[in-house]
Amino acid sequence: MSEGTIARPVAARRRLNAVSTRLDRYASGTFILPAVLIILAFSIFPLVASLYVSLTRIKFVQGGVDFTFVGLDNYAKLLVGIDHEHFLGVLGNPSVIGFAAGLAVAAALVWWIARYVRGGATVFGLVGRIVALIGISALVWLAVETLSSGGRPGTMVVTFVYVFVGVAVQYVLGLVLAMLASQHLPGRRFFRVVFLLPMMITPVGVAYLFRMLTDTSKGPLYPVWAWMGLADTSWVTNPWGARIAVMIGDIWQWTPFLFIVLLAALESQSIEPIEAAVVDGASRWQIFRSITFPQLLPVTSTIVLIRVIEAFKIVDLPNVLTNGGPGTATESLTLHAYTIWRALDFGGSAAVAYLLLFVVTFVGVSYVNFVRQRIAVVA
Amino acid sequence: MVTFTGPQIAEPLQRRAPDFNKLTGAKVEVITVPFSDLYQKILTDFATKTNSYDAIVFAPQWMGDYVPAGYLEDLSDRVKADTALQWNDIAPFFRDFSATYQGKVYSVPLDGDFQMAYYRSDILAKDNVKPPETWEDFLAIAKQYQGKDLNGDGKADYGACIALKRSAQSYWFFISVASAYLQSKGTSQGAFFDIDNNMQPLFGPNEGMLKALDTYKSMVALGPPDHLNLDVGDTRGLFTSGRCALSADWGDIGTLAIDPATSKVQDKVGAVILPGSKQVLDRKTGKLVACDATTCPNAINGVNHSPFAAFGGWSGAVNKAKDAKTKDAAFAFLSYMSQPAQANEDVTLGKTGFNPYRSSQFNNLDLWKKAGMSEKAANDYLGAIKASLQSPNMVLDLRIPQNAFYEGTALDTALAQFLAGEITRDAAAKQISDQWNKKTDEIGRDAALNAYKATLGVTR
Repeated sequence: MSEGTIARPVAARRRLNAVSTRLDRYASGTFILPAVLIILAFSIFPLVASLYVSLTRIKFVQGGVDFTFVGLDNYAKLLVGIDHEHFLGVLGNPSVIGFAAGLAVAAALVWWIARYVRGGATVFGLVGRIVALIGISALVWLAVETLSSGGRPGTMVVTFVYVFVGVAVQYVLGLVLAMLASQHLPGRRFFRVVFLLPMMITPVGVAYLFRMLTDTSKGPLYPVWAWMGLADTSWVTNPWGARIAVMIGDIWQWTPFLFIVLLAALESQSIEPIEAAVVDGASRWQIFRSITFPQLLPVTSTIVLIRVIEAFKIVDLPNVLTNGGPGTATESLTLHAYTIWRALDFGGSAAVAYLLLFVVTFVGVSYVNFVRQRIAVVA
Repeated sequence: MVTFTGPQIAEPLQRRAPDFNKLTGAKVEVITVPFSDLYQKILTDFATKTNSYDAIVFAPQWMGDYVPAGYLEDLSDRVKADTALQWNDIAPFFRDFSATYQGKVYSVPLDGDFQMAYYRSDILAKDNVKPPETWEDFLAIAKQYQGKDLNGDGKADYGACIALKRSAQSYWFFISVASAYLQSKGTSQGAFFDIDNNMQPLFGPNEGMLKALDTYKSMVALGPPDHLNLDVGDTRGLFTSGRCALSADWGDIGTLAIDPATSKVQDKVGAVILPGSKQVLDRKTGKLVACDATTCPNAINGVNHSPFAAFGGWSGAVNKAKDAKTKDAAFAFLSYMSQPAQANEDVTLGKTGFNPYRSSQFNNLDLWKKAGMSEKAANDYLGAIKASLQSPNMVLDLRIPQNAFYEGTALDTALAQFLAGEITRDAAAKQISDQWNKKTDEIGRDAALNAYKATLGVTR
């Protein structure tokens, strides 16, 4: 056997190894690529496409659809144009309390940034906080002005009311129910199931249910309303009555979600710190405030974030219960987008949807960066 | 086939589909969607070429969007060739306006729509009160009976039950009120836009519109506590259960009132042409002026009546994108539904939502007596429709591109906000006018004007 014939298999093996190494290097990327492409196609493409739609006016023509690029016209219509009162509301004259509340929020935000700067700020962190300050201040100012006497909240502020009031009440109720259900009370298994039921019902079903319940003249609760002397009044024809009806329905439906998660968190807590506190003579309130509640904070921060994001998209209840009325009093941002879409103003509808996306992202990111992280530290 | 969530309109289609199946072997599946979704549901289905529907039963005023885009089949030759359909028996208005677009037939009428005023004939006769001639009369009578027990159950009842709910069919009632002040010189004048003033909306800040808004808002307090949340289904139920002295509605109350299963006002219902006004808008000055031979050439007893052909009547059309066999079958079903053998029974049944639209239905009193109407009630009912149909000052519904936005979004939202007290009367008028002008500019003022003029120039 010559030297040449020995060298050929070695060289071939080396080439094979080189190819194999190269394939190994690209294999992970190659296998992941289809999944990445699918995700891009299903999440990024619709986002980009709807962004484009929000910059156009659509017309149905023979054989298809005609897109006319209108720039930011659809956004301008909502923010400063013909629909701004519908979207943002009408500014009123803030009362002393409203004015004070607005100032208090502004002062708290400034103090928060000042404290951050004193504690050693990074440029990125400072810019983020200033953006958050401006955004939150603008939203609080809008809420204070439109909820004041002579003002009228637009769909943006109405949605904020649904989100913050609704989620706060849902959390408190869910926590109270979870605390009760975690006690060794008779029938607790039964009530755990009953408390969960509203969450299982479709939101449209809940809306129809509350539509019947709020009907004072012929609904199933008519005898109760008549006994209370309210059979000749309709609370869903009053703006705040209708908003409260929507919020009651939403709270009834979504409190079980917070209840079940908080119950699981309560039941997984270790008993030793509580027993130690009892031995040290701590009261029930002290145990809750200093041991139980801090341990719930990580779960709390997560479920509140999920509920806040979800609550921004409320549409079924106001649509079925009140049709967004009286007037536009109960119209949420999603219902606003749907109403415009129904008239085939797809560009306008996409603009509302994009502004909603912007607000939800702003609130979500602010919450994660400034609230959730802090809660994690405290917990 | 798609139409709106009934039970009306869908009911006769669903009930007669099995009979049609026996006759022809063709299977008809009726899909229903809420009224507020129907327009866009059909349009997006056609535009995206999904073409789920072989036929649609819809508002003919939407042809302004469906026909130019090429979604509907031209039925002109089919209706001519179909003797069983008896095309010429259909009243000219429904043939030439509801079914026709730019000279071609695109739909088969299944329903004839006019709004009119209904009153409790027993109560008004007992108190020697005349049926309303003007909207002022209407409000005065409603005030007189608000809070009185009208059906003997010991409970306070209501002066007038009008559908005022948002995102429903309420805005047509407002147009019925406004028309009395805005159109006085004949159908071709138009009640929605001033065709002599570059398509400026008449639904804007002028005295006629403001008066109409005041009248409309006065009705809120003359009905049930949840008046703002009532749609036509609710008000019809209240009227036929004897709880309302007055209502304004399409022809449905007339036939629902004779249904022994649900009505407590059988033979106690009168109907008249929509109330009018003794003052009308002077379009040049924007002021209301008194009716005289010049300002109201069609007035009756000094009252300008502008009966409103609201909606135009549910009609059936065929999807142009389907194959020839499917299109033939779809047309055959629509024809079957409209043929006198079926239609002349259906229009006498309240549950169908179909109102008379054929000459044979207006002229044959026996049909109505057989359905349970007294001769007087039948004469009253048909008389009110005929008076509307024959009026030289009939108001045609808006049929220009994107009319669903003009009426169903801009007008509907502003009215809901006004009734709820969110905006003032003047702000409501301005908001409607601004929204309409913006939309007209988007469509193109000339294109909108030409489309509007074309509908007003219809030969009746």
